[in-house]
Amino acid sequence: MAHKIIKPEMKIKILSSASVVGREEDRGPLGGSFDITDTKDDRFGMETWEKSESEMQRLALGCAMNKCGMSEDKIDAMLAGDLLNQCVGSNYGLSEYRIPYFGLYGACSTAAESIMLASIMCMSGHMRCAAVTSSHFCSAERQFRYPLEYGGQRAPTSQWTVTGSGAFILSSEDDSNIISGGEYVPCVTELLPGYVVDHGISDINNMGAAMAPAAADTLLRYFKEGHSPSEFDMIITGDLGREGSSILIDLLDAEGYDISAVHADCGKMIYNIDLEDKHAGGSGCGCSAVVMSAHILRNIKEGILSDVLFVGTGALMSPLTLNQGSTIPGIGHLVRIRGDKI
Amino acid sequence: MNTSEQTYKKYADARAVKSPILKNCIWAFCSGGFICTIGHLLKMLYMNFGISEDNSAMTASVSLVFIAILLTGIGVFDNIAKHTGAGTLVPITGFANAVASCAIDTKSEGYILGVGAKIFTVAGPVILYGISSGVIYGIIYYFLTRM
Repeated sequence: MAHKIIKPEMKIKILSSASVVGREEDRGPLGGSFDITDTKDDRFGMETWEKSESEMQRLALGCAMNKCGMSEDKIDAMLAGDLLNQCVGSNYGLSEYRIPYFGLYGACSTAAESIMLASIMCMSGHMRCAAVTSSHFCSAERQFRYPLEYGGQRAPTSQWTVTGSGAFILSSEDDSNIISGGEYVPCVTELLPGYVVDHGISDINNMGAAMAPAAADTLLRYFKEGHSPSEFDMIITGDLGREGSSILIDLLDAEGYDISAVHADCGKMIYNIDLEDKHAGGSGCGCSAVVMSAHILRNIKEGILSDVLFVGTGALMSPLTLNQGSTIPGIGHLVRIRGDKI
Repeated sequence: MNTSEQTYKKYADARAVKSPILKNCIWAFCSGGFICTIGHLLKMLYMNFGISEDNSAMTASVSLVFIAILLTGIGVFDNIAKHTGAGTLVPITGFANAVASCAIDTKSEGYILGVGAKIFTVAGPVILYGISSGVIYGIIYYFLTRM
Protein backbone atom coordinates (compact mmCIF):
# COMPACT_ATOMS: atom_id res chain seq x y z
CA MET A 1 0.00 0.00 0.00
CA ALA A 2 1.62 3.22 -1.17
CA HIS A 3 1.61 6.31 1.01
CA LYS A 4 -1.09 8.81 0.14
CA ILE A 5 -0.78 12.38 -1.09
CA ILE A 6 -0.78 14.88 1.76
CA LYS A 7 -3.44 17.55 1.21
CA PRO A 8 -3.36 20.53 3.57
CA GLU A 9 -6.86 21.56 4.64
CA MET A 10 -5.96 25.19 5.10
CA LYS A 11 -4.21 27.45 2.58
CA ILE A 12 -0.43 27.24 2.86
CA LYS A 13 0.73 30.44 1.19
CA ILE A 14 4.23 31.17 -0.02
CA LEU A 15 4.31 34.77 1.20
CA SER A 16 7.61 35.66 -0.38
CA SER A 17 10.81 34.20 -1.74
CA ALA A 18 14.30 35.43 -2.54
CA SER A 19 17.25 34.26 -4.59
CA VAL A 20 20.96 34.93 -4.31
CA VAL A 21 23.35 33.75 -7.05
CA GLY A 22 26.91 33.97 -8.30
CA ARG A 23 28.36 35.28 -11.55
CA GLU A 24 27.84 32.28 -13.81
CA GLU A 25 24.18 31.97 -12.86
CA ASP A 26 23.57 35.65 -13.47
CA ARG A 27 25.09 35.26 -16.94
CA GLY A 28 22.59 32.47 -17.72
CA PRO A 29 19.16 32.72 -19.36
CA LEU A 30 17.52 33.76 -16.07
CA GLY A 31 20.12 36.46 -15.38
CA GLY A 32 18.64 39.69 -14.11
CA SER A 33 15.70 38.02 -12.40
CA PHE A 34 17.60 37.11 -9.23
CA ASP A 35 17.40 39.35 -6.17
CA ILE A 36 21.06 39.51 -5.16
CA THR A 37 24.14 38.71 -7.26
CA ASP A 38 27.85 38.76 -6.54
CA THR A 39 29.20 39.86 -9.88
CA LYS A 40 32.76 40.12 -8.62
CA ASP A 41 34.09 36.76 -7.46
CA ASP A 42 31.30 34.63 -5.91
CA ARG A 43 32.83 35.21 -2.46
CA PHE A 44 30.14 37.55 -1.14
CA GLY A 45 32.84 39.40 0.75
CA MET A 46 33.99 36.34 2.72
CA GLU A 47 37.44 34.78 2.87
CA THR A 48 36.45 31.09 2.59
CA TRP A 49 34.01 29.39 0.21
CA GLU A 50 32.13 27.84 3.12
CA LYS A 51 31.60 31.28 4.65
CA SER A 52 30.49 32.60 1.24
CA GLU A 53 27.83 29.92 1.10
CA SER A 54 26.64 30.81 4.62
CA GLU A 55 26.53 34.46 3.67
CA MET A 56 24.31 33.65 0.68
CA GLN A 57 21.81 31.96 3.01
CA ARG A 58 21.86 34.90 5.39
CA LEU A 59 21.24 37.31 2.52
CA ALA A 60 18.51 35.14 0.99
CA LEU A 61 16.48 34.82 4.18
CA GLY A 62 16.94 38.52 4.99
CA CYS A 63 15.73 39.48 1.53
CA ALA A 64 12.70 37.16 1.70
CA MET A 65 11.77 38.54 5.13
CA ASN A 66 12.07 42.11 3.86
CA LYS A 67 9.85 41.40 0.89
CA CYS A 68 6.92 40.35 3.08
CA GLY A 69 7.81 42.70 5.92
CA MET A 70 8.29 39.94 8.49
CA SER A 71 10.49 40.28 11.53
CA GLU A 72 12.18 37.37 13.32
CA ASP A 73 9.51 37.13 16.02
CA LYS A 74 6.78 36.58 13.43
CA ILE A 75 8.44 33.49 11.93
CA ASP A 76 7.98 30.37 14.02
CA ALA A 77 10.67 28.15 12.54
CA MET A 78 13.28 27.96 9.85
CA LEU A 79 14.19 24.76 8.02
CA ALA A 80 17.40 24.89 6.09
CA GLY A 81 19.97 22.73 4.39
CA ASP A 82 22.92 22.63 2.02
CA LEU A 83 25.42 20.15 0.61
CA LEU A 84 28.24 20.65 3.09
CA ASN A 85 29.16 18.15 5.79
CA GLN A 86 27.16 18.74 8.99
CA CYS A 87 25.07 21.33 7.09
CA VAL A 88 27.49 24.08 8.10
CA GLY A 89 26.34 26.38 5.32
CA SER A 90 22.98 26.70 7.03
CA ASN A 91 24.17 26.38 10.62
CA TYR A 92 26.52 29.35 10.39
CA GLY A 93 24.58 31.36 7.84
CA LEU A 94 21.37 31.47 9.80
CA SER A 95 22.86 31.71 13.30
CA GLU A 96 22.26 35.47 13.29
CA TYR A 97 18.49 34.99 13.18
CA ARG A 98 16.65 34.46 16.47
CA ILE A 99 14.26 31.93 14.93
CA PRO A 100 13.97 28.24 15.99
CA TYR A 101 16.12 26.28 13.52
CA PHE A 102 16.10 22.80 11.99
CA GLY A 103 18.98 21.63 9.77
CA LEU A 104 18.09 19.32 6.90
CA TYR A 105 20.00 17.16 4.47
CA GLY A 106 18.29 15.91 1.35
CA ALA A 107 21.17 16.54 -1.05
CA CYS A 108 19.85 18.48 -4.06
CA SER A 109 16.24 17.74 -3.05
CA THR A 110 16.58 19.95 0.02
CA ALA A 111 14.71 22.86 -1.56
CA ALA A 112 11.62 20.68 -2.07
CA GLU A 113 12.17 18.88 1.24
CA SER A 114 12.34 22.12 3.22
CA ILE A 115 9.26 23.58 1.50
CA MET A 116 7.46 20.29 2.16
CA LEU A 117 8.37 20.12 5.86
CA ALA A 118 7.64 23.84 6.32
CA SER A 119 4.20 23.23 4.78
CA ILE A 120 3.60 20.27 7.09
CA MET A 121 4.58 22.41 10.10
CA CYS A 122 2.24 25.15 8.87
CA MET A 123 -0.54 22.52 8.69
CA SER A 124 -0.36 22.13 12.47
CA GLY A 125 -2.06 25.48 12.93
CA HIS A 126 -1.38 29.15 12.51
CA MET A 127 2.31 29.24 11.75
CA ARG A 128 4.89 30.87 9.53
CA CYS A 129 7.99 28.94 8.52
CA ALA A 130 11.03 29.77 6.44
CA ALA A 131 12.63 27.26 4.08
CA VAL A 132 16.21 28.07 3.06
CA THR A 133 18.69 26.14 0.91
CA SER A 134 22.02 26.78 -0.76
CA SER A 135 24.88 25.28 -2.70
CA HIS A 136 28.15 26.83 -3.81
CA PHE A 137 30.19 25.52 -6.72
CA CYS A 138 33.48 26.08 -4.95
CA SER A 139 32.59 24.48 -1.63
CA ALA A 140 30.76 21.54 -3.24
CA GLU A 141 33.50 20.85 -5.77
CA ARG A 142 36.02 20.55 -2.95
CA GLN A 143 33.85 18.20 -0.99
CA PHE A 144 32.53 15.94 -3.74
CA ARG A 145 35.07 16.04 -6.55
CA TYR A 146 38.52 17.56 -6.99
CA PRO A 147 40.31 20.72 -5.85
CA LEU A 148 39.09 23.80 -7.75
CA GLU A 149 42.27 24.39 -9.72
CA TYR A 150 42.82 20.72 -10.51
CA GLY A 151 43.18 20.22 -14.26
CA GLY A 152 40.88 17.44 -15.32
CA GLN A 153 38.32 16.70 -18.01
CA ARG A 154 34.61 16.29 -17.26
CA ALA A 155 32.31 13.65 -18.68
CA PRO A 156 29.53 14.93 -20.97
CA THR A 157 26.91 13.69 -18.48
CA SER A 158 28.44 15.54 -15.51
CA GLN A 159 26.67 18.53 -13.97
CA TRP A 160 27.74 21.85 -12.47
CA THR A 161 26.87 22.76 -8.90
CA VAL A 162 24.95 26.02 -8.90
CA THR A 163 26.22 28.86 -6.72
CA GLY A 164 23.00 30.08 -5.25
CA SER A 165 20.66 30.23 -2.31
CA GLY A 166 16.89 30.47 -2.19
CA ALA A 167 14.62 31.33 0.73
CA PHE A 168 10.85 30.88 0.95
CA ILE A 169 8.46 32.08 3.65
CA LEU A 170 5.39 29.91 4.06
CA SER A 171 2.39 30.76 6.16
CA SER A 172 -0.90 29.32 7.32
CA GLU A 173 -1.71 32.57 9.16
CA ASP A 174 -4.34 34.95 7.83
CA ASP A 175 -1.80 37.51 6.55
CA SER A 176 -4.44 39.32 4.51
CA ASN A 177 -2.79 42.59 5.55
CA ILE A 178 0.35 41.80 3.51
CA ILE A 179 -1.35 40.28 0.48
CA SER A 180 -2.92 42.82 -1.79
CA GLY A 181 -6.32 41.65 -2.96
CA GLY A 182 -6.77 40.30 -6.44
CA GLU A 183 -3.19 39.17 -6.84
CA TYR A 184 -2.14 35.56 -7.30
CA VAL A 185 -0.43 33.97 -4.33
CA PRO A 186 1.52 30.71 -4.79
CA CYS A 187 -0.06 28.14 -2.46
CA VAL A 188 1.17 24.65 -1.59
CA THR A 189 -1.84 22.42 -2.23
CA GLU A 190 -0.46 18.87 -2.31
CA LEU A 191 2.63 17.07 -1.10
CA LEU A 192 4.03 13.64 -1.84
CA PRO A 193 7.28 12.72 -0.07
CA GLY A 194 9.53 10.41 -2.07
CA TYR A 195 11.02 7.01 -1.28
CA VAL A 196 14.75 6.40 -1.50
CA VAL A 197 15.19 4.70 -4.88
CA ASP A 198 18.45 3.00 -5.90
CA HIS A 199 18.74 1.59 -9.39
CA GLY A 200 22.39 0.67 -9.19
CA ILE A 201 24.06 3.69 -10.81
CA SER A 202 27.52 4.26 -9.36
CA ASP A 203 28.91 6.88 -11.75
CA ILE A 204 29.34 10.19 -9.92
CA ASN A 205 29.46 11.87 -13.34
CA ASN A 206 25.97 10.73 -14.20
CA MET A 207 23.79 11.97 -11.34
CA GLY A 208 20.89 12.54 -13.72
CA ALA A 209 20.63 8.80 -14.36
CA ALA A 210 20.86 8.11 -10.62
CA MET A 211 18.05 10.53 -9.72
CA ALA A 212 15.65 10.05 -12.64
CA PRO A 213 14.15 6.74 -11.36
CA ALA A 214 13.37 8.41 -8.00
CA ALA A 215 11.57 11.30 -9.71
CA ALA A 216 9.73 8.82 -11.93
CA ASP A 217 8.74 6.73 -8.89
CA THR A 218 7.22 9.72 -7.06
CA LEU A 219 5.45 11.07 -10.17
CA LEU A 220 4.07 7.62 -10.95
CA ARG A 221 2.68 7.27 -7.43
CA TYR A 222 1.13 10.70 -7.84
CA PHE A 223 -0.45 10.00 -11.23
CA LYS A 224 -1.81 6.67 -10.00
CA GLU A 225 -3.93 8.53 -7.47
CA GLY A 226 -6.00 9.91 -10.30
CA HIS A 227 -3.92 12.70 -11.80
CA SER A 228 -2.66 13.16 -15.34
CA PRO A 229 0.25 15.25 -16.70
CA SER A 230 -2.12 17.41 -18.76
CA GLU A 231 -3.64 18.92 -15.58
CA PHE A 232 -0.50 20.98 -15.06
CA ASP A 233 1.06 24.00 -16.73
CA MET A 234 4.44 22.65 -15.85
CA ILE A 235 6.04 19.63 -14.21
CA ILE A 236 9.41 20.90 -13.10
CA THR A 237 12.18 18.69 -11.74
CA GLY A 238 15.04 19.96 -9.59
CA ASP A 239 18.31 19.05 -11.25
CA LEU A 240 18.04 16.04 -13.51
CA GLY A 241 19.88 17.97 -16.21
CA ARG A 242 19.76 16.92 -19.84
CA GLU A 243 20.55 13.28 -19.27
CA GLY A 244 18.20 12.71 -16.32
CA SER A 245 15.36 14.67 -17.93
CA SER A 246 15.23 12.50 -21.02
CA ILE A 247 15.53 9.35 -18.90
CA LEU A 248 12.58 10.55 -16.77
CA ILE A 249 10.47 11.18 -19.86
CA ASP A 250 11.40 7.69 -21.17
CA LEU A 251 10.62 5.97 -17.87
CA LEU A 252 7.20 7.60 -17.51
CA ASP A 253 6.42 7.05 -21.18
CA ALA A 254 6.99 3.33 -20.67
CA GLU A 255 4.34 3.45 -17.93
CA GLY A 256 1.88 5.26 -20.19
CA TYR A 257 2.32 8.86 -18.99
CA ASP A 258 3.61 11.40 -21.49
CA ILE A 259 5.05 14.43 -19.67
CA SER A 260 7.26 15.68 -22.51
CA ALA A 261 4.94 18.60 -23.35
CA VAL A 262 4.93 20.05 -19.83
CA HIS A 263 8.26 18.94 -18.42
CA ALA A 264 10.97 21.42 -17.48
CA ASP A 265 14.09 21.05 -15.39
CA CYS A 266 15.76 23.73 -13.24
CA GLY A 267 19.20 22.28 -14.09
CA LYS A 268 18.53 22.80 -17.79
CA MET A 269 17.12 26.32 -17.32
CA ILE A 270 19.80 28.00 -15.26
CA TYR A 271 22.71 27.95 -17.73
CA ASN A 272 23.15 28.45 -21.47
CA ILE A 273 24.39 24.87 -21.43
CA ASP A 274 26.14 24.76 -24.81
CA LEU A 275 27.47 28.30 -24.82
CA GLU A 276 28.95 28.00 -21.35
CA ASP A 277 30.21 24.41 -21.64
CA LYS A 278 28.03 23.20 -18.77
CA HIS A 279 27.76 19.59 -19.99
CA ALA A 280 24.46 18.16 -18.69
CA GLY A 281 23.37 21.33 -16.83
CA GLY A 282 23.20 22.67 -13.29
CA SER A 283 22.75 20.77 -10.03
CA GLY A 284 22.85 21.31 -6.28
CA CYS A 285 20.19 22.41 -3.83
CA GLY A 286 20.71 26.02 -4.83
CA CYS A 287 19.72 25.15 -8.40
CA SER A 288 16.05 24.38 -7.86
CA ALA A 289 15.77 26.92 -5.03
CA VAL A 290 16.82 29.92 -7.13
CA VAL A 291 14.95 28.84 -10.29
CA MET A 292 11.76 28.26 -8.29
CA SER A 293 12.10 31.59 -6.51
CA ALA A 294 13.25 33.83 -9.35
CA HIS A 295 11.33 32.26 -12.21
CA ILE A 296 8.54 29.82 -11.37
CA LEU A 297 7.00 31.56 -8.34
CA ARG A 298 7.28 34.90 -10.11
CA ASN A 299 5.38 33.50 -13.09
CA ILE A 300 2.74 32.09 -10.76
CA LYS A 301 2.34 35.51 -9.10
CA GLU A 302 1.99 37.15 -12.49
CA GLY A 303 -0.61 34.63 -13.56
CA ILE A 304 1.53 33.19 -16.39
CA LEU A 305 1.60 29.79 -14.66
CA SER A 306 -1.20 28.64 -12.44
CA ASP A 307 -0.60 25.00 -11.53
CA VAL A 308 2.89 23.56 -11.16
CA LEU A 309 4.24 20.23 -9.93
CA PHE A 310 7.69 20.66 -8.46
CA VAL A 311 9.73 17.49 -7.96
CA GLY A 312 12.93 18.22 -6.05
CA THR A 313 15.46 15.54 -6.92
CA GLY A 314 18.48 14.51 -4.87
CA ALA A 315 21.39 12.06 -5.07
CA LEU A 316 21.88 10.78 -1.53
CA MET A 317 25.47 9.61 -1.48
CA SER A 318 28.86 10.70 -0.24
CA PRO A 319 32.29 10.30 -1.88
CA LEU A 320 33.14 7.92 0.99
CA THR A 321 30.32 5.46 0.32
CA LEU A 322 31.03 5.64 -3.42
CA ASN A 323 34.68 4.72 -2.82
CA GLN A 324 33.46 1.79 -0.74
CA GLY A 325 31.56 0.53 -3.77
CA SER A 326 28.02 1.61 -2.87
CA THR A 327 25.67 2.81 -5.58
CA ILE A 328 23.91 6.20 -5.66
CA PRO A 329 20.40 6.28 -4.17
CA GLY A 330 18.10 9.02 -5.41
CA ILE A 331 15.02 10.74 -4.01
CA GLY A 332 12.25 12.88 -5.46
CA HIS A 333 9.92 14.98 -3.28
CA LEU A 334 6.80 16.34 -4.93
CA VAL A 335 5.20 19.68 -4.08
CA ARG A 336 2.19 20.99 -5.99
CA ILE A 337 2.04 24.77 -6.12
CA ARG A 338 -0.99 26.63 -7.39
CA GLY A 339 -1.60 30.32 -7.90
CA ASP A 340 -4.70 31.25 -5.90
CA LYS A 341 -6.40 34.60 -5.46
CA ILE A 342 -6.83 35.21 -1.76
CA MET B 1 8.96 0.79 -11.63
CA ASN B 2 9.48 -2.71 -12.95
CA THR B 3 12.87 -2.08 -14.50
CA SER B 4 15.34 -4.25 -12.68
CA GLU B 5 18.63 -2.73 -11.52
CA GLN B 6 20.71 -4.53 -14.13
CA THR B 7 18.59 -3.53 -17.11
CA TYR B 8 18.39 0.06 -15.92
CA LYS B 9 22.14 0.30 -15.46
CA LYS B 10 22.69 -1.11 -18.95
CA TYR B 11 20.12 1.30 -20.39
CA ALA B 12 21.67 4.32 -18.63
CA ASP B 13 25.23 3.35 -19.62
CA ALA B 14 24.22 2.77 -23.22
CA ARG B 15 22.44 6.10 -23.64
CA ALA B 16 25.00 8.27 -21.80
CA VAL B 17 27.01 10.42 -24.20
CA LYS B 18 30.61 9.23 -24.02
CA SER B 19 33.62 11.51 -23.81
CA PRO B 20 35.03 12.21 -27.30
CA ILE B 21 37.94 9.77 -26.96
CA LEU B 22 39.52 10.30 -30.39
CA LYS B 23 39.44 14.09 -30.07
CA ASN B 24 40.80 13.88 -26.50
CA CYS B 25 43.59 11.53 -27.63
CA ILE B 26 44.65 13.83 -30.45
CA TRP B 27 44.65 16.84 -28.15
CA ALA B 28 46.60 14.87 -25.51
CA PHE B 29 49.13 13.65 -28.09
CA CYS B 30 49.79 17.13 -29.46
CA SER B 31 49.78 19.02 -26.16
CA GLY B 32 51.77 16.34 -24.32
CA GLY B 33 54.29 16.32 -27.14
CA PHE B 34 54.43 20.11 -27.06
CA ILE B 35 55.19 20.13 -23.32
CA CYS B 36 57.89 17.50 -23.76
CA THR B 37 59.41 19.53 -26.61
CA ILE B 38 59.54 22.58 -24.35
CA GLY B 39 61.22 20.37 -21.74
CA HIS B 40 63.78 19.25 -24.28
CA LEU B 41 64.43 22.80 -25.49
CA LEU B 42 64.94 23.87 -21.87
CA LYS B 43 67.40 21.01 -21.40
CA MET B 44 69.37 22.09 -24.48
CA LEU B 45 69.30 25.68 -23.27
CA TYR B 46 70.68 24.72 -19.86
CA MET B 47 73.38 22.56 -21.49
CA ASN B 48 74.35 25.60 -23.55
CA PHE B 49 74.97 27.41 -20.26
CA GLY B 50 77.51 24.70 -19.45
CA ILE B 51 75.36 22.64 -17.07
CA SER B 52 76.01 18.88 -17.30
CA GLU B 53 73.49 16.75 -19.23
CA ASP B 54 72.13 15.04 -16.07
CA ASN B 55 71.71 18.30 -14.23
CA SER B 56 70.15 20.00 -17.27
CA ALA B 57 67.51 17.28 -17.53
CA MET B 58 66.68 17.73 -13.86
CA THR B 59 66.62 21.53 -14.13
CA ALA B 60 64.28 21.28 -17.12
CA SER B 61 61.89 19.12 -15.05
CA VAL B 62 62.05 21.61 -12.20
CA SER B 63 61.30 24.44 -14.65
CA LEU B 64 58.21 22.61 -15.98
CA VAL B 65 57.02 22.02 -12.40
CA PHE B 66 57.49 25.72 -11.69
CA ILE B 67 55.53 26.77 -14.77
CA ALA B 68 52.70 24.33 -14.00
CA ILE B 69 52.42 25.53 -10.41
CA LEU B 70 52.52 29.16 -11.48
CA LEU B 71 49.71 28.55 -14.01
CA THR B 72 47.73 26.69 -11.32
CA GLY B 73 48.18 29.55 -8.90
CA ILE B 74 46.91 32.18 -11.31
CA GLY B 75 43.95 29.97 -12.23
CA VAL B 76 44.89 29.21 -15.83
CA PHE B 77 46.01 25.58 -15.65
CA ASP B 78 42.55 24.04 -15.27
CA ASN B 79 41.29 25.99 -18.28
CA ILE B 80 44.12 24.61 -20.42
CA ALA B 81 43.79 21.07 -19.00
CA LYS B 82 40.08 21.05 -19.84
CA HIS B 83 41.13 20.69 -23.49
CA THR B 84 44.49 19.01 -23.26
CA GLY B 85 43.49 16.30 -20.73
CA ALA B 86 46.11 13.58 -20.49
CA GLY B 87 48.50 15.85 -22.42
CA THR B 88 48.97 18.01 -19.32
CA LEU B 89 48.21 15.22 -16.82
CA VAL B 90 50.80 12.63 -17.80
CA PRO B 91 53.98 14.78 -17.93
CA ILE B 92 55.36 16.15 -14.68
CA THR B 93 53.04 19.17 -15.10
CA GLY B 94 49.98 17.12 -14.06
CA PHE B 95 51.68 16.01 -10.88
CA ALA B 96 52.64 19.59 -10.02
CA ASN B 97 49.08 20.76 -10.62
CA ALA B 98 47.61 17.95 -8.47
CA VAL B 99 49.80 18.98 -5.54
CA ALA B 100 49.46 22.75 -5.94
CA SER B 101 45.67 22.72 -6.41
CA CYS B 102 45.25 20.76 -3.16
CA ALA B 103 47.50 23.23 -1.36
CA ILE B 104 45.46 26.21 -2.61
CA ASP B 105 42.18 24.55 -1.66
CA THR B 106 43.18 23.59 1.86
CA LYS B 107 45.03 26.78 2.78
CA SER B 108 41.94 28.07 4.59
CA GLU B 109 42.20 25.14 7.02
CA GLY B 110 45.71 26.16 8.13
CA TYR B 111 49.22 25.08 7.24
CA ILE B 112 49.31 21.98 9.48
CA LEU B 113 45.86 20.36 9.34
CA GLY B 114 44.99 21.85 5.99
CA VAL B 115 47.90 22.14 3.57
CA GLY B 116 50.19 19.78 5.52
CA ALA B 117 47.68 16.99 5.90
CA LYS B 118 45.88 17.27 2.59
CA ILE B 119 48.43 18.43 0.01
CA PHE B 120 48.86 14.90 -1.37
CA THR B 121 45.15 13.96 -1.46
CA VAL B 122 45.21 13.67 -5.25
CA ALA B 123 48.90 12.93 -5.84
CA GLY B 124 49.23 10.59 -2.84
CA PRO B 125 48.53 7.33 -4.71
CA VAL B 126 51.15 8.21 -7.33
CA ILE B 127 53.74 8.90 -4.64
CA LEU B 128 52.94 5.77 -2.62
CA TYR B 129 52.82 3.31 -5.49
CA GLY B 130 55.57 5.09 -7.44
CA ILE B 131 57.99 4.78 -4.53
CA SER B 132 56.84 1.25 -3.68
CA SER B 133 57.37 0.01 -7.21
CA GLY B 134 60.75 1.78 -7.25
CA VAL B 135 61.79 -0.16 -4.14
CA ILE B 136 60.60 -3.47 -5.59
CA TYR B 137 62.37 -2.74 -8.88
CA GLY B 138 65.52 -1.84 -6.94
CA ILE B 139 65.48 -5.12 -5.01
CA ILE B 140 64.98 -7.18 -8.18
CA TYR B 141 67.73 -5.23 -9.95
CA TYR B 142 70.09 -5.74 -6.99
CA PHE B 143 69.68 -9.52 -7.02
CA LEU B 144 69.77 -9.83 -10.81
CA THR B 145 73.03 -7.92 -11.11
CA ARG B 146 74.58 -9.89 -8.21
CA MET B 147 73.81 -13.28 -9.72
